Amino acid sequence: METTTKASYLATFKPDEVALATEDLSVLYGGKVQKLFDASLQFKKNTITALIGASGSGKSTFLRSLNRMNDRVAKINGKIMFHDLDVNQPNINVYELRKNIGMVFQRPNPFPKSIRENITYALKANGQTDKQQLEQIVEESLRAAALWDEVKDKLDKSALALSGGQQQRLCIARALAVKPEILLLDEPASALDPVSTSKLEDTLKQLRLEYTMIMVTHNMQQASRISDYTAFFHLGHVIEYNTTADIFTNPKGQLTEEYIQGSFG
Amino acid sequence: MAKNTEDLKQVVDQAIAQQEVPHVKLNKMGPNSVDINRLTKPSKETRQEYWGKGLTYFAIILIIILVVSIIGFVGVHGLATFFGNHVNVFHFLTSTDWDPGDGKNHVGAAAMIVTSFSVTLLAALVATPFAIAVALFMTEYTSQKGAKFLQSVMELLVGIPSVVYGFLGLTIIVPVVRKLFGGTGFGILSATLVLFVMVLPTITSLTVDALKAVPKHFRQASAALGATHWQTIHKVVLRVATPRILTAIIFGMARAFGEALAVQMVIGNAVLMPANLVSPSATLTSQLTSQMGNTVMGTLPNNALWSLALLLLIMALVFNFLVRLVGKKGQK
Amino acid sequence: MNKAKRSDKIATWVIYLLVALVVLILAGILGNILITGVPHLSWHFLTSEASSYQAGGGVRDQLFNSIYLLILTTIISLPIALGAAIYLAEYAKDNWLTNLIRTTIEILSSLPSIVVGLFGYLLFVVQFGFGFSIISGALALTFFNLPILTSNIEQAINGVPQAQREAGLALGLSNWKTIRGIVLPAALPGILTGLILSAGRIFGEAAALIYTAGQSGSTVDYSNWNPFSPTSFLNVMRPAETLAVHIWKVNTEGIISDATIVSAATSALLVIVVIIFNLAARYLGNKLYQKLTAAK
Repeated sequence: METTTKASYLATFKPDEVALATEDLSVLYGGKVQKLFDASLQFKKNTITALIGASGSGKSTFLRSLNRMNDRVAKINGKIMFHDLDVNQPNINVYELRKNIGMVFQRPNPFPKSIRENITYALKANGQTDKQQLEQIVEESLRAAALWDEVKDKLDKSALALSGGQQQRLCIARALAVKPEILLLDEPASALDPVSTSKLEDTLKQLRLEYTMIMVTHNMQQASRISDYTAFFHLGHVIEYNTTADIFTNPKGQLTEEYIQGSFG
Repeated sequence: MAKNTEDLKQVVDQAIAQQEVPHVKLNKMGPNSVDINRLTKPSKETRQEYWGKGLTYFAIILIIILVVSIIGFVGVHGLATFFGNHVNVFHFLTSTDWDPGDGKNHVGAAAMIVTSFSVTLLAALVATPFAIAVALFMTEYTSQKGAKFLQSVMELLVGIPSVVYGFLGLTIIVPVVRKLFGGTGFGILSATLVLFVMVLPTITSLTVDALKAVPKHFRQASAALGATHWQTIHKVVLRVATPRILTAIIFGMARAFGEALAVQMVIGNAVLMPANLVSPSATLTSQLTSQMGNTVMGTLPNNALWSLALLLLIMALVFNFLVRLVGKKGQK
Repeated sequence: MNKAKRSDKIATWVIYLLVALVVLILAGILGNILITGVPHLSWHFLTSEASSYQAGGGVRDQLFNSIYLLILTTIISLPIALGAAIYLAEYAKDNWLTNLIRTTIEILSSLPSIVVGLFGYLLFVVQFGFGFSIISGALALTFFNLPILTSNIEQAINGVPQAQREAGLALGLSNWKTIRGIVLPAALPGILTGLILSAGRIFGEAAALIYTAGQSGSTVDYSNWNPFSPTSFLNVMRPAETLAVHIWKVNTEGIISDATIVSAATSALLVIVVIIFNLAARYLGNKLYQKLTAAK
């Protein structure tokens, strides 16, 4: 067991290339169940990193810990370094942190409000009241999420009237509107049909120019299509972390190889 | 020449008008630069959270204070009979001599206690078979439409105010009882019949929940063994649901025990040990309702009434405890 | 096998019979109330003063008092119940303290309303010197109403998908802002339904009122809009008899000769109002639910 869960390779980067890094991150649920063991990963700026692994491998747990969404249910030990600051500390303002590290969830979860309000709601709560400025951000973020052309004539219609794929892109636009540096994506395409999925992937690929993205996915093809780096999780341990090309074509660890072959086969 | 410039201007204007103009001047979308100082300082959200949380704490503390003071106030006044007026607790619970105006040796609540328990038990006894039948019908026998109809029937029964039940008891049940059994018609029987209708929806709706909680595969397994519908219900469904049905009955009894006005209107209000089901008597609640206004604060007769209220409160706690006890047993 | 089949048949018949009886009982109750009461529900009955001694009185003041008490009680109890429900649904951790709090609320809900009314009498009427008054009654009704309203609202809040909360939190909103701006609007249909159903209960409640709001009314002037004037209909310090208390009083005192007619008509009025509340709760709940989830 010792040997198999040991990391076979972990990619590292120059300090000024790193957008976010964890050091020995562990997650304990209910004070008993450990879901994650000492994960140390660095995420490179302006890349998409895919987190892969079987269900229960701890990848989602890891992702949700990065912007402190797991605080209420779990005990999280270790460091999360963001701009030379350990943001896994009690004195950190989690609200400000989450404005810098946005998140998109597995199932599209737009608010039961209009498309426009979905985007402006958080902005208004942050004190932005200038109407023109809000309009501008609405259009910018919808364009960035490649949704503008589809919804520009119905901004005041309910967001719930959109298709699943559109809703998910709206959720991305909503997250972008807060102008985060990093975007966490928790299986963003798992509830979508193939056409919507490929649209979403195109969107993500374009967003890479401006944002750093970390994405949990069950879909190996998806990981290989759009991610630059891939981390493989197994039973709460990070087994291997490397460029996506290397992980898929030249895995160093045996577990990684077995998983990837099994998943594609 | 001048005409030419006019034309040119028009052409240009038209071209501009036809151009697809973005709604706003677009900036390149991108992240804000991170202000690292803000990450370690309280923000508007921190304050919002502080106040919002504070408000909900305030509300919940208010409710707790309320419950504690109800128990405290009723307790203090109810115990004054025993500690201030030196009435013997044992005497209070067992004597049927209720005439607090005549002094501390005439404060016996036994007649009311017996009557209260009688109407409660009898009402539950009558209501339970009906409740179980209706609940079985809703969950095991009928379509969704039928269940919905009966659900509305129960909701209507709950919705009818208790004074209306009392009034109906007074104008319908009491005369019928009088005709059938003689006497005044007031008494435990009339109160039981009124309370039966009042606790029926309580017991029924909780029994429905109990039956719905029985997993489907139990029924399927039983049916697969060749059991008839009734055998399945009787031997499997009802047996599994028994603890929760008991809880339902206790809830119904709690409601019957605490009901005041409807009972007060049909019980007769004579503090006598009930000789039979059709002789006038009084419950704890009916005595409180009809006499509280006739006594002076701080006197023995008044304190004695508060002791009845305390007894009601204690019984409410006991019913609560029983529900928990049965619930825990059911989980094992 | 034959025996089993026979008992199956008998059981089915017994169940059908009991169900039919219950339906008949309800039909009898409703029929009786409506048939004996509605013919006397005249405009005159609704708009004239109650009479203390002779026949022919109406329920104008009682009707107004019932509505006024309902409104006041709702105004007082809604914010408290809302706060408590938000606490229980969103902030309470799963520990002994929360259990204790829940037990406390359950105890409050299981207290007989006459006990709650007597507590109100002790505290407000006697201790605070409010006397028999609308405010004493509204506070007693609040106590009576709080536990059920709280648990209804809590259920409505719990019905909002967790994903909605996560969406708000992930945007950097505070918990409170998420609850207020996203969770509560989504829970509105359920909250409204709970509120209207509790309104029906308040409207018909009498035991908690006879020793708080009192069993008699004072002379009321409906053109006096100054709530501090003793004769104003808005004055909260005046004693006020409600419809439900009126039924109880005319039946137990038996002074007026047409007590049965007055009670029947008042009962019909009460039941009709409660039915309207029930239907409104269902209708509004459905309507709002559709509006919130509709794809238009």
